[in-house]
Amino acid sequence: MNWFTKTFSSTVGRKIVMAVTGLFLCSFLVVHLIGNLQLFRNDGGEAFNLYSDFMAHNGVIRFMEIILVLGFVFHIYDALVLTRLNKAARPIGYVNSHPEENSSWSSRNMGLLGTVILVFLIIHLWNFFVPARFEANGGLERVMIEDVEYHNLYSAVVLAFQNPIYVAIYVISMIALAYHLIHGFQSAFQTLGLDHKKYTPFIQKFGVAFSILVCLGFAIIPLYFFFLV
Amino acid sequence: MAGSNPNAKPMDLTLKVWRQKDRNSAGQMVTYPVKGISPDMSFLEMMDVLNEDLLRKGEDPIAFDHDCREGICGMCSLYINGRPHGPERGTTTCQLHMRHFKDGDTITIEPWRAAAFPVHKDLVVDRSAFDRIQQAGGYVSVNTGGVPDANAIPIPKSIADKAFDAATCIGCGACVAACKNASAMLFVSAKVSQLAMLPQGQTERKTRVENMVAQMDIEGFGSCTNTGACAAECPVGISLENIDMLRREFIYAKATSESL
Amino acid sequence: MILESQIPGGPLAEKWDKHKFDVKLVNPANKRKYDIIVVGTGLAGASAAASFGELGYNVKAFCFQDSPRRAHSIAAQGGINAAKNYQNDGDSVFRLFYDTIKGGDYRAREANVYRLAQVSVNIIDQCVAQGVPFAREYGGLLANRSFGGAQVSRTFYARGQTGQQLLLGAYSALNRQIAYGKVKMYPRTEMLDLVMVDGKARGIVVRNLITGKIESHSAHAVVLATGGYGNVFYLSTNAMGSNATAAWRAYKKGALFANPCFTQIHPTCIPVSGDYQSKLTLMSESLRNDGRVWVPKTVEIAQRLRKGEITVNDIKEEDRDYYLERKYPAFGNLVPRDVASRNAKLVCDEGRGVGASGLAVYLDFADAIRRDGQPAIAAKYGNLFEMYQKITDENPYERPMRIYPAVHYTMGGLWVDYNLMTNVPGLYAAGEANFSDHGANRLGASALMQGLADGYFVLPYTIGDYLAKMPYDKVPVDHPAFVEAEQNVISINNKLLSINGNRTVDDFHKALGHIMWEYCGMARNAEGLQIAKQEIRKLRDEFWRDVKVVGVNEELNITLEKANRVADFLELGELMVDDALNRNESCGGHFREEYQTPENEALRDDENFAYVAAWEFTGVGNEPVLHKEELEFENVKLTQRSYK
Repeated sequence: MNWFTKTFSSTVGRKIVMAVTGLFLCSFLVVHLIGNLQLFRNDGGEAFNLYSDFMAHNGVIRFMEIILVLGFVFHIYDALVLTRLNKAARPIGYVNSHPEENSSWSSRNMGLLGTVILVFLIIHLWNFFVPARFEANGGLERVMIEDVEYHNLYSAVVLAFQNPIYVAIYVISMIALAYHLIHGFQSAFQTLGLDHKKYTPFIQKFGVAFSILVCLGFAIIPLYFFFLV
Repeated sequence: MAGSNPNAKPMDLTLKVWRQKDRNSAGQMVTYPVKGISPDMSFLEMMDVLNEDLLRKGEDPIAFDHDCREGICGMCSLYINGRPHGPERGTTTCQLHMRHFKDGDTITIEPWRAAAFPVHKDLVVDRSAFDRIQQAGGYVSVNTGGVPDANAIPIPKSIADKAFDAATCIGCGACVAACKNASAMLFVSAKVSQLAMLPQGQTERKTRVENMVAQMDIEGFGSCTNTGACAAECPVGISLENIDMLRREFIYAKATSESL
Repeated sequence: MILESQIPGGPLAEKWDKHKFDVKLVNPANKRKYDIIVVGTGLAGASAAASFGELGYNVKAFCFQDSPRRAHSIAAQGGINAAKNYQNDGDSVFRLFYDTIKGGDYRAREANVYRLAQVSVNIIDQCVAQGVPFAREYGGLLANRSFGGAQVSRTFYARGQTGQQLLLGAYSALNRQIAYGKVKMYPRTEMLDLVMVDGKARGIVVRNLITGKIESHSAHAVVLATGGYGNVFYLSTNAMGSNATAAWRAYKKGALFANPCFTQIHPTCIPVSGDYQSKLTLMSESLRNDGRVWVPKTVEIAQRLRKGEITVNDIKEEDRDYYLERKYPAFGNLVPRDVASRNAKLVCDEGRGVGASGLAVYLDFADAIRRDGQPAIAAKYGNLFEMYQKITDENPYERPMRIYPAVHYTMGGLWVDYNLMTNVPGLYAAGEANFSDHGANRLGASALMQGLADGYFVLPYTIGDYLAKMPYDKVPVDHPAFVEAEQNVISINNKLLSINGNRTVDDFHKALGHIMWEYCGMARNAEGLQIAKQEIRKLRDEFWRDVKVVGVNEELNITLEKANRVADFLELGELMVDDALNRNESCGGHFREEYQTPENEALRDDENFAYVAAWEFTGVGNEPVLHKEELEFENVKLTQRSYK
């Protein structure tokens, strides 16, 4: 192994990869949420469909999409490697253990929360991304905006969130994501060694606010379409 | 109250203790009743009482590690009622007193659990992995003699105090025992940051963190996922800041050191 | 046998330098041909093993704990003395030497003590270079504090954990040599015999405490740095595992044991609270700077207090006897350790002790709190008060602390010459395990100094002088001497395992401790010592008839470990009594009631007892043979101590 692979195959190095990818994925969440806010425009989905078309065809976005996939892949791959390692580090568990006395629930269940999010991600892609990009799953309806034909992703959203099961899955997943981020956001800073008496308290508070607001923003969408549209 | 209160009520307790013959045997929890325990006893003195009872019956007493019994040697190591060193924060098992338990309580007592800390017998575990990590770089390479005058290296009091805080680690392993991943990061980081803060540690700063982290991984400890359980259970209050410092040192060393 | 102390000639201040020049050297390339065994990894052992490794010798180091970092040096609180004179307050090598000789009540060797004071300055340099985080001033330079028995500030410290920081420093140096392969470390391994070939120490027999395997290790020299024997009293401030077995088995192989009756009883410890008690906890001596020591004036009040009819705060000021202030108006509560301890025992013997057992006196901070305010007292002693509360569940801000003296340190140990070599060629003793530097009483903050002086700066020179004269050839471990020693160890273990009696090892240990404390503790007299001798012999006989050791040798067997140690304590206890009986004087920690001034102070007899009593083993139950090393004082004048 050379120094590079040695660095990133050590437990500390793998966590650094997870932290960097995690923060990158956080930035993706922000972009995604801002885009999704188009759904709330009262224009029959026009803005949203234009936005999704832009996201599907812009070169920079397509490039970033690859980076995003890699971000997910590395985040998940290192999580799996570390989880296996961590399980192996304690082959025999305690008969009686009270971890709630020394650590938060979310910090101890990042793997579980991550798995929920991964399952959600698959469902989510299946619902929207796959039909939009690959014309699979029956593809999407078409809609004309100013004489140009676009995919009507908006109607797919409206349709999907008529289904209470989907709504429940989305809302629960966003709660899981919130807990994942509440620990993960500030943990990423710790993992990168970014700790300082002056800034750490702010990062911690910001992390909590970020996690709740972003996930709330996403969770409102299915609820909005289920109850109000 | 010790000595001054002859009316302190003795307690009867039920202990569930991990018994394991040796490294290669399977173990199990065994239940022992103990009677007439004074609230003024230390936890280990309560264990002594049980062991004397077992001995008189011709049974094998329970093996557990202990030595100084004043909270500094780091030898005692019991996982009591689901927590390393028991329910009191900032307290080693030897300094835990029975007044923190109630008559009729059931107390579970288990060894530290980690692949890197195999059980020798009963509650005694092998912590030599800690020594090997220290051997990988937990020192300043100076031979005896030929060193400068002690006052030739002035060190700001604030830094000396911070380095001291990190240096107080007693190497008991409670951090590993508490961590859901059995990670040794708090232990390793305490030494890395103590020496990284001090001028004496600068020459070997990069190789130290690289080698100690590598050895930590070789020993089979888990990774740190920042749950904070280690610092919460540390009997001498080693801070999480040390772990963050280790990461900074690691990143800096990996990015700039000459070793390939 | 004539005891050759090997003290170099010449003026005191030049002896060590001259000696360092005179000793033979081993060529660097030849050092790797020599093997050295170091038993014990406390301050003396770890520093010696590391330094030997740095020089190029092959070292094998042994400790019974799971790691060298656990040795009981780690528990030392106060600090380490060094004649640095950083404070510009008149300290010097000679003053440290003088204070140590006087503090030891003139029963230590001048040349050794002077050397100790000389190398004390190097120790601080060495430790700082290792990264030991000593306390510092705001300017970044090292801080000092004053300590008992000295009028200058020469004590370096790391909060209340100086021993820990120094030991971890030595441990790090040791680790470095282990990583280099120069030191092979054997933790959880206990030395059970010394092996001699052609009259020289050539190895040891050990037991692996995990597997029970009996193993031999051969070397060109053996260093014992195995600590003191305070646990002969069962209750002491020593660690539970601290024991005398290595030193004692060397004694039984011919090494002389010097001044065994010199034990230090520390006045401020948390008192015993019940029969179950396993150890005693020291409260720093510094508490006596602000605390006032008292007991009730009458036995009757003390009795009512003990029964719980009244509480301490019900006792009126005029019913309190501040006995130290009354008897020693000049020094008051700050009399030396031995005086404070003896007086606590006296008032308790009168029936005026406090606490349920009646074996405690009060250390009262009420006046200090009234005078300086609680925050000021908390700033000075907060951590000690907290520790006291943790153990006793009493708040010392609201009611006086209860304290009682406890066994703390043993000045006696294996006899060594100026080179720290015992009378057995090739066998060295360092740190608390030897007798050399503290005379009849050790000053505070001097134990750490001595351990590190021996390991870092004395042995590395003197051991070369011996090895340079040794052939390179190694003794194989199948040599008859090793086989015989192994057989001896195995037969002792088998004997212990086969008795299957009714009394536990701890039972015997407690009984021995009781005898020692009663008759050979803070105050001794001929009559009591005679009783003790008989009782120890009786107890020893009973031990070998009726002790209960379960299990087998081939396992982690905590009872067997203890049984070996207690078997040795049962012999050592008798030697302490013999020594105390022989020394018809009072000095330092040895107070013979027959020999006191009209004011109840220790009465030394320099005419007849200014010697080191070194005892030779002649068989268990036989009277040991006394060898005297006369002490010559050329640089200090012997005076009687007074604290009135």
